[in-house]
Amino acid sequence: MPGDARPKKKTIRMIPQARTPAHEQDPAERACNFDEVNLGYLIEDAQLEAERCLMCPEQPCVAGCPVGIAIPDFIQRITARDYRGAYDVITATNLLPAVCGRVCPQESQCEGSCTVGDTLEPVAIGRLERWVGDMAIRERWSNVPYIQPSGFKVGIVGSGPAGMACAADMAKAGCEVTVFEAFHEPGGVLKYGIPDFRLPNKVVDAEIAKLEALGIRFECNTLVGRLFTVEQMVEEMGFHAVFVGTGAGYPSFMGIPGESLNGVLSANELLTRCNLMHAREFPDYDTPLQPGRRVVVIGAGNTAMDALRVSRRVGAESVRCLYRRSRAEAPARAEELHHAEEEGIEFHWLASPVELLDDGKRNVRAVRCIRMTLGEPDASGRRRPVPEAGSEFEIEADMVVYAIGTNANPIIGQTSKLQLDQRGYIATDASLATSIPGVFAGGDIVTGAATVIEAMGAGRRAARAMKAFLGLRDTDHLYCDAAVEPGSRMFGIDRAERGFARIRVPR
Amino acid sequence: MNQARVAGYEVVSRQDFSDVTFLLEVQHPQLARAARPGQFVIVMASEHGERIPLTIADYDRERGTVTLVIQAVGKTTREMQRDCRVGTRLVALVGPMGVPSHIGKARKVLCVGGGLGVAPVYPQARGYKESGAYVIGILGFRNRDLMFWEDKFRATCDELIVCTDDGSAGIKGLVTEGIRLAISKHRDIDECVAIGPPVMMKGCAEATRSSGIRTIVSLNPVMVDGTGMCGGCRVKVGETVKFACVDGPDFDGHLVDFDDLMFRLQRYRATELAATERFNENCRMRSLTGQPVVAE
Ligand SMILES: Cc1cc2nc3c(=O)[nH]c(=O)nc-3n(C[C@H](O)[C@H](O)[C@H](O)COP(=O)(O)OP(=O)(O)OC[C@H]3O[C@@H](n4cnc5c(N)ncnc54)[C@H](O)[C@@H]3O)c2cc1C
Ligand SMILES: Cc1cc2nc3c(=O)[nH]c(=O)nc-3n(C[C@H](O)[C@H](O)[C@H](O)COP(=O)(O)OP(=O)(O)OC[C@H]3O[C@@H](n4cnc5c(N)ncnc54)[C@H](O)[C@@H]3O)c2cc1C
Ligand code: SF4
Ligand code: FES
Repeated sequence: MPGDARPKKKTIRMIPQARTPAHEQDPAERACNFDEVNLGYLIEDAQLEAERCLMCPEQPCVAGCPVGIAIPDFIQRITARDYRGAYDVITATNLLPAVCGRVCPQESQCEGSCTVGDTLEPVAIGRLERWVGDMAIRERWSNVPYIQPSGFKVGIVGSGPAGMACAADMAKAGCEVTVFEAFHEPGGVLKYGIPDFRLPNKVVDAEIAKLEALGIRFECNTLVGRLFTVEQMVEEMGFHAVFVGTGAGYPSFMGIPGESLNGVLSANELLTRCNLMHAREFPDYDTPLQPGRRVVVIGAGNTAMDALRVSRRVGAESVRCLYRRSRAEAPARAEELHHAEEEGIEFHWLASPVELLDDGKRNVRAVRCIRMTLGEPDASGRRRPVPEAGSEFEIEADMVVYAIGTNANPIIGQTSKLQLDQRGYIATDASLATSIPGVFAGGDIVTGAATVIEAMGAGRRAARAMKAFLGLRDTDHLYCDAAVEPGSRMFGIDRAERGFARIRVPR
Repeated sequence: MNQARVAGYEVVSRQDFSDVTFLLEVQHPQLARAARPGQFVIVMASEHGERIPLTIADYDRERGTVTLVIQAVGKTTREMQRDCRVGTRLVALVGPMGVPSHIGKARKVLCVGGGLGVAPVYPQARGYKESGAYVIGILGFRNRDLMFWEDKFRATCDELIVCTDDGSAGIKGLVTEGIRLAISKHRDIDECVAIGPPVMMKGCAEATRSSGIRTIVSLNPVMVDGTGMCGGCRVKVGETVKFACVDGPDFDGHLVDFDDLMFRLQRYRATELAATERFNENCRMRSLTGQPVVAE
């Protein structure tokens, strides 16, 4: 309407109806390589998809995001071609957009709550987030270069997403931060677990380089608890506060007969050998990987999908997934399940192993399974699988991979007085403080195996509590304001920051 | 990027006991301070290397070093034998891993080391001695040429029995022979620590079972991370499955399923052999041409 300056409120009819597809490697081709499957968006794809956001005033997507990213705000900036602005909005809450855009279960978080999703396919929030994150890596954007040393020393145990997020916030608050990692490379599950075709190592390395640019030191090959204890960090090594983010290692097995046969291993072992130790590049790298020709993976979460697809890529002839519930209950990200199906993985829903059979030489030969039906909902709200009597059958297999979850890693519990809960995870209060003053914990070691975004959120939550513990001003808050209110920055400096003397940390 | 982050851990001394066994003393003051008997480290000798577990055979808190005694059995250990000279650096060295051995109130103990197990049993023998126990050392080697550390043990143990397969030193026979000898002489032994190849530990556990002497063995399954994360190191102990790297490596020898351990150690045999063969081939080429050969 001429003369009306107000932008018309978008309606579902006005937006591009179809979700903009991401570019992907062809299934037949990618099943033989470790290059990334989802190639993401080009600039025109991102523009088109950003058009699909209705800018809902009630923002259900934000409520669906575990860390509450200002989603419509960053999408609006993509539309306005203010990509740096979009990045600033995301990083006000999420440290790792390039990672989370790739690995978050969006369908059960932001995209699952998106208004557009009521009628059409929801806005591809994850793909947009990733696109912004990738652009930031390409353009070498990084936020908050002004840091005033606070004089506090902070130690972080574990370099997964929880540790990384906590480290970043504490470094920005002027603390001298050291991250201790047991492995020879930092990154946690992002490095050793999630394979390159889903999350390339160079993306993780880029994020770690950004942390190093904030002045954070990474000390690898350091097994905290054994080399020194958490108590020693506080009492002898001069750390004013400590964050423990050691993840939930310790893979579970089922305790059925045959689990110690050769050829039976955990998904963590398979993935660590393959990803971190580069066994797939044997003999150029020394770590061996047993070649499975007929692989069966038990479980249907993200870890199972990764194990299935890695097995396919290292040359297995048949790769089968065994899950005791049905496809609808599979906990994996929808995209991974879909990609696995495209790559020719066979799924056996409603089946559970009861015994692993021997070839007479202590190698696994087959899996004896039983069919399941779904009964009444259990404590988790999912329908409980019930075995069907007399429905046993065998699947041939020379490699059986367990991906049925993990338990708490025992090392910190064995070596410190930190109070644990009944399951062996570290007990914390709502602010993530542990039973030892100055020691905080978060991520999988507190909640049990969860997600990258939740671990990251926990790292940031703990950082907030740590700052309060140390009596530091909550700088978080200011940057948040700066990102949300346009014009609150002058020459890249928060207006609210005027008057604070700050020094620049050398990059 | 990693290169800059990992400065490496310097080898400060080396000693060759035989053409397969050698000792490396590596600088790591923090590790030397933290190490306890029974613990181990994980080592990566090169950027493309494998992570291999090695027992801490000794530690010197003053010098800030830990000592590893290594037997060249396959690709990685043979490569280390060739390349780890004084002044070179290990890319990764992490530890101390595992639950330290419990040096309890035992009054009279047997410390049994077979072959390579001789080195890791040393800190335990010393630990028991320091706690005031009467220590009987029993060391087994195939022959006299492979012997090492006899002097170190003599200085620590109250009694020492050396066994060799061919009788070229000490008594002729396996360490189990030595155990029988010790048991017949001392009726009041209350503990036995046995470290060595799985078959030897199995033999020791059998040798002490009837006299009911508590027997601790140190298990060596295939490991990757050493932090409880992969489950590759799982072993059967009685009715339960344990992860040797975080629940052990010490276990009650009378409960361990050694056959299971021995089979599981063969898991990657085919690939390991291929790697060793390729390594040997490379070494031969190198010695023929005088040039290093890079694996394709
Ligand atoms: C194969 C796989 C696929 C997954 N896929 C997804 C996905 O697609 N989407 C998603 O959202 N989530 C996924 N997850 C889950 C997600 O990765 C985890 O929830 C998240 O990484 C937890 O982060 P964290 O920081 O708590 O621990 P981790 O990432 O586990 O990091 C802990 C770090 O601490 C180190 N550490 C442990 N003990 C010590 C010690 N004593 N001293 C020093 N360092 C120590 C470990 O080596 C590790 O590097 C996946 C998990 C796996 C295993
Ligand atoms: C707790 C522990 C302590 C050990 N202490 C010592 C020690 O003090 N000195 C020493 O010489 N050796 C020790 N070992 C054994 C040593 O780790 C292996 O000999 C070494 O990994 C062989 O590697 P390779 O590439 O040279 O030989 P390969 O040809 O790869 O393997 C030869 C054999 O060594 C075993 N092995 C291979 N890879 C591993 C691995 N990652 N972890 C464990 N075993 C493996 C297997 O039985 C294999 O068949 C220890 C092992 C463990 C678990
Ligand atoms: S719910 Fe969907 S349409 Fe609404 S603001 Fe969020 S992303 Fe945009
Ligand atoms: S070596 Fe991986 S769990 Fe023990």
